[in-house]
Amino acid sequence: MSAIHCHQLCKTFKQGDEIITGLDHVDLTIETGEFVCLSGPSGSGKTTLLNAIGGLDTPDSGEIHMGDIRIDQLERGALADMRLRHIGFVFQAYNLIPVLSAQENVEFVMQVQGVSAQERARKAREILQEVGLEGMEDRRPAQLSGGQQQRVAVARAIVSHPDLVLADEPTANLDSVASAHLMGLFASLNEHHRITFVISTHDKRVMGYARRLIGMRDGKIISDETQ
Amino acid sequence: MKNVTLRMAWRNLWRHGKRTWLTVGAMIFSNTLLVFSISLQFGSYDMMINNSLQAFSGHIQLQHPRYLKQPKMRYAVPAINARAQGLREQLGMSAISARATGFALASSEERSYGLQIIGVDANHEPLVSTLPGLVKRGRYLQAEAVEEIVIGSVLARNLKVEIGDELTFIGSGFDDSFAAGVVRVVGIFESGISDLDRSMAQVNLGYFQDVFAMQGQGHSIVIRARHIEDVDPLMSSLSITTANLDNLAVRHWDELQPGLRQAIQADMTSAWFMYIVLIVLVAFSVLNTQLMSVLERTREFGTMMALGLKPARLARLIMLETGLMTGLGLIIGIGIGALLTGYLSVVGFSYPGMAEMADKFNLPDHMYPTISTLSLILGPGIVALGSLLAAIYPALRLNRLRPIEAMRAV
Repeated sequence: MSAIHCHQLCKTFKQGDEIITGLDHVDLTIETGEFVCLSGPSGSGKTTLLNAIGGLDTPDSGEIHMGDIRIDQLERGALADMRLRHIGFVFQAYNLIPVLSAQENVEFVMQVQGVSAQERARKAREILQEVGLEGMEDRRPAQLSGGQQQRVAVARAIVSHPDLVLADEPTANLDSVASAHLMGLFASLNEHHRITFVISTHDKRVMGYARRLIGMRDGKIISDETQ
Repeated sequence: MKNVTLRMAWRNLWRHGKRTWLTVGAMIFSNTLLVFSISLQFGSYDMMINNSLQAFSGHIQLQHPRYLKQPKMRYAVPAINARAQGLREQLGMSAISARATGFALASSEERSYGLQIIGVDANHEPLVSTLPGLVKRGRYLQAEAVEEIVIGSVLARNLKVEIGDELTFIGSGFDDSFAAGVVRVVGIFESGISDLDRSMAQVNLGYFQDVFAMQGQGHSIVIRARHIEDVDPLMSSLSITTANLDNLAVRHWDELQPGLRQAIQADMTSAWFMYIVLIVLVAFSVLNTQLMSVLERTREFGTMMALGLKPARLARLIMLETGLMTGLGLIIGIGIGALLTGYLSVVGFSYPGMAEMADKFNLPDHMYPTISTLSLILGPGIVALGSLLAAIYPALRLNRLRPIEAMRAV
């Protein structure tokens, strides 16, 4: 069974009087456990596609299936539930909750999922250790470097073992060392936890980690290579 | 705190500590003010009731069942002195006094005026009424003396009489006979209550019964309770007792002075208008704080929605933050209010001119707020409710957020 299947996805945006094409009849299938990079210049539709797959945005037409569920037809509440239980997000700007410590940021989503206090504390410590943040559990985001913050965001995204992790330009704000660290972490998590990763980037070094590289331009898929 | 949401809500409050303290400060101020004002209001009502009732009517009266609506001489209580004495023994109280009431035309050498003439038990009347203590010239009635009268200061002025002058009065007796007497003015009282000062006079009950052919009867047995709170239990026990006493009606002060309750209600209404203004101001302060907080954190809320939180959960977070802020204002406000009010309820307080006024009208020279559970929680409870209601609008705004747009917010 495929993790993601998109069929004839279209999405346009209105900018003043101008209509901008975000996605133009995109067909895409991603299998479970794949490590996929979406590449292309700014405005090529990478983020729009990630947002559509993640249920953060609805396409104008077309279908998106995640396993057996057609997510483009889900109600807001059901979409939120699906994101909560099946998808992990890693954002370009980390998007951590500033008043919570690293461990609390990781625990927060689990609390919403209904995990017991003891269980979530244990899981959060374990995952922070796995992403290399042992000893920094009590630090707030402002007390962490960009790379460390992004690793907290990754820990938050994978702690509940989602089926899919969507990462939008996760290394854009990181230096090359931190980028390499993060991508190594993604590759390891993909390998050991069999989590499907879909990463948007225009960083060539990031693309080097991908086992499947999808090129996009003007809302269309222009290349799809397995490395 | 094991609950991450609770920790987040608490810390969110202190992201803008000054702003939170300003709002909490407004709550503390209004809660303190409300606790003090409401306690003072309750205290002043108790004082108002006591002063009014102690002046003349007492807390409870036993009367003929028809006397209240039709105060006619024929609706009398037989053997009133014996009954009053029986009640004193039965209830173990001395503040019980018998009275009889009639109407007469009083004449001095120069003028004539209509007056209400009351026959009182001079030994017990000072225990149920403050009027004997308000005699400013001369003295009050003496039990053994007859043919004496004390009159109100305005009546004395109208009749142009002074201490030692004689008054003649004529009226109608119990048996419709002609009732007339000549009495000497021994005291002039000044109650500050214009009705009493203008038209009331008191004579000894025995003398009244002779002149008005009452044959040992009277019209009311007046009871003064130790405290206003004792009135209702006393009423209950009297209702049982008087079932065996020729079916006398037991009258609560509410029935004897219906205007008093209305005056209190009118005062309460005007005070609550001011309180509501205060509460609305606090609610707007909360609305402003929470609306700002929601607008500033739009991006954060977008992230949380992207992670799978539903708007209802975010709304609960805002309500939780408001609840914590309100709780803080409530606890500190009630605490300060209770300390201040508690202190003043013991030592009391007065305002300039109050002592002179109190001395003149035989009233307490200090006011004492009455602290109670109701006075502690009523005002702050409404402030808390208003604050939570004010937070509903910012909380509902979260329902309009879309994760993508929210995360792009600056």
